[in-house]
Amino acid sequence: MDVFLQLAILVGCAFYAVIAVAQAGDSGMAIHGWFFLILFVAWIVGICMRYGFGAPVWDQTRYEDGIIKWGVFATAFWGVAGFLVGLVIALQLAFPNLFYFEQFGWTNFGRLRPLHTSAVIFAFGGNALIATSFYVVQRTTRARLAGGLWPWFVFWGFNLFIVIAATGYLLGITQSKEYAEPEWYADLWLTIVWVVYLLVFLGTLWKRKERHIYVANWFYLAFIVTIAMLHIVNNLAIPVSFTSSTSVIVWAGVQDALTQWWYGHNAVGFFLTAGFLGIMYYFIPKRAERPVYSYRLSIVHFWTLIFIYIWAGPHHLHYTALPEWAQTLGMVFSVMLWMPSWGGMINGLMTLSGAWDKLRTDPVIRMMVVSVAFYGMSTFEGPVMSVRAVNSLSHYTDWTIGHVHSGALGWVGYISFGALYCLTQWLWKRRRLYSYALVEWHFWISTLGILLYITSMWVSGIMQGLMWRAYNEFGFLEYSFVESVEATHPYYVIRAIGGGMFLIGALIMCYNLWRTARGDLRAAEGDVAEADARPAAAPAE
Amino acid sequence: MTYETVARFAQTWGLIYVMALFAGVLVYALWPRNQQKFDHAARIPLEEDEL
Repeated sequence: MDVFLQLAILVGCAFYAVIAVAQAGDSGMAIHGWFFLILFVAWIVGICMRYGFGAPVWDQTRYEDGIIKWGVFATAFWGVAGFLVGLVIALQLAFPNLFYFEQFGWTNFGRLRPLHTSAVIFAFGGNALIATSFYVVQRTTRARLAGGLWPWFVFWGFNLFIVIAATGYLLGITQSKEYAEPEWYADLWLTIVWVVYLLVFLGTLWKRKERHIYVANWFYLAFIVTIAMLHIVNNLAIPVSFTSSTSVIVWAGVQDALTQWWYGHNAVGFFLTAGFLGIMYYFIPKRAERPVYSYRLSIVHFWTLIFIYIWAGPHHLHYTALPEWAQTLGMVFSVMLWMPSWGGMINGLMTLSGAWDKLRTDPVIRMMVVSVAFYGMSTFEGPVMSVRAVNSLSHYTDWTIGHVHSGALGWVGYISFGALYCLTQWLWKRRRLYSYALVEWHFWISTLGILLYITSMWVSGIMQGLMWRAYNEFGFLEYSFVESVEATHPYYVIRAIGGGMFLIGALIMCYNLWRTARGDLRAAEGDVAEADARPAAAPAE
Repeated sequence: MTYETVARFAQTWGLIYVMALFAGVLVYALWPRNQQKFDHAARIPLEEDEL
């Protein structure tokens, strides 16, 4: 019985939590020990109560949709939380006097910034990927998720990791590796969860009724396998003791830097790109009711993307102690990435060919298509910035922040929002969304917000880069650093406004999703019983 | 194992391996007999939503 194995894992972890509480080497571990203890005991009680009323029957003639509904909720919740923290730190940069709280050390920028990045990438993006991958793999293999209770273990285990990571940042627990800040015990827990995720996914592919494995599943599988590899290698660390929240990374010096950015860039390539391309290859054809533009191109897209991306990491280390040939290698592979990226973008956009009117009538489709356009734009910008000469201007400036957000807000955010709208309508079996007018509002407010964000960061970043390299006639630096900080103030205010608009859009979406799940239809938009995926409030023109 | 050895290996066998892989992918994707399979595969998402 696999439930006993699952209980054994949870009891083992709870037992460790007791020791961690009793023998805690530091206050952070003491708090996290209690967290672990409470969460694991609650989890064990939950399973026992569920099975106390009789073991659940895993009906193989139906898809497992319950866990995906939880995933929709978690994605929306963490999205709003992550965007909110992002807005707070944007305001801290714009108005450091107003948003600095001396008596609350945990609200410092240094602690909130990793909270923001992890919340949006791993909590929002990760839950979106887990939920959509579970949805897509079932529909495209025509088989119920494998493993009975194990998909639930993946969902709750991943979210437990998020809670431990997020509280750790606020407590000051970090191993100081960008996008890999959680300490060794959180990393080990995530490893267990991730291996189970891989097994659930592979198990479902194994019992598939459809002979061909659809391309979206290849992207999801590449995402799961590669993240496992990156996570383990980058987080190889030796804890100071088994009840300490501190560890020492086994890598040192430039090897550590290269491992970190091999990890960091492939988190972009396989988490934020390959995984979300899985969403693109299912949800856009499904919503547009048209097959993908070229299935052949999708195969070439997949294999070229994954075999090139893995080498691009060293472009994060231009002009460092990393040997120059390695920098050049990272740069060359980054430039080569143009081809597969744009091949994929064309494939996604052209899926709409013959159905372009849907861009006007269905704001959900429009959101996903604009997402693919942002994917094209940021995968054009990325290779440009990876060129060493350009990097000498752009690195360490806000241009990088703008680039990341055109990918994160535009591509990852919008394709996830599109998937959330689709999933809520489809999983709760609603004829249509509560309100398409609200999707329009979400779309336009957020799009303006993204544009304000990335244009202000372009201006600010290029200005910083130019100010930092300006020399006067005597060969001295023209500006002190603080002068460049002062000059960025108006752009930081614009950025905060843009981020605030993106957050407002997401809140509108949450309200819309909530009403849709409840089964409400906005009366003013009329009833459109005949059209399933058509908006009621389509402008007539 | 010197740097030169590693570099020579990467610049020859690495190149051959990646190019062979790319050629293999192109042959698989463009092989005429696979066309029917891919046409079917492209329609998988459009099928019924319930088991």
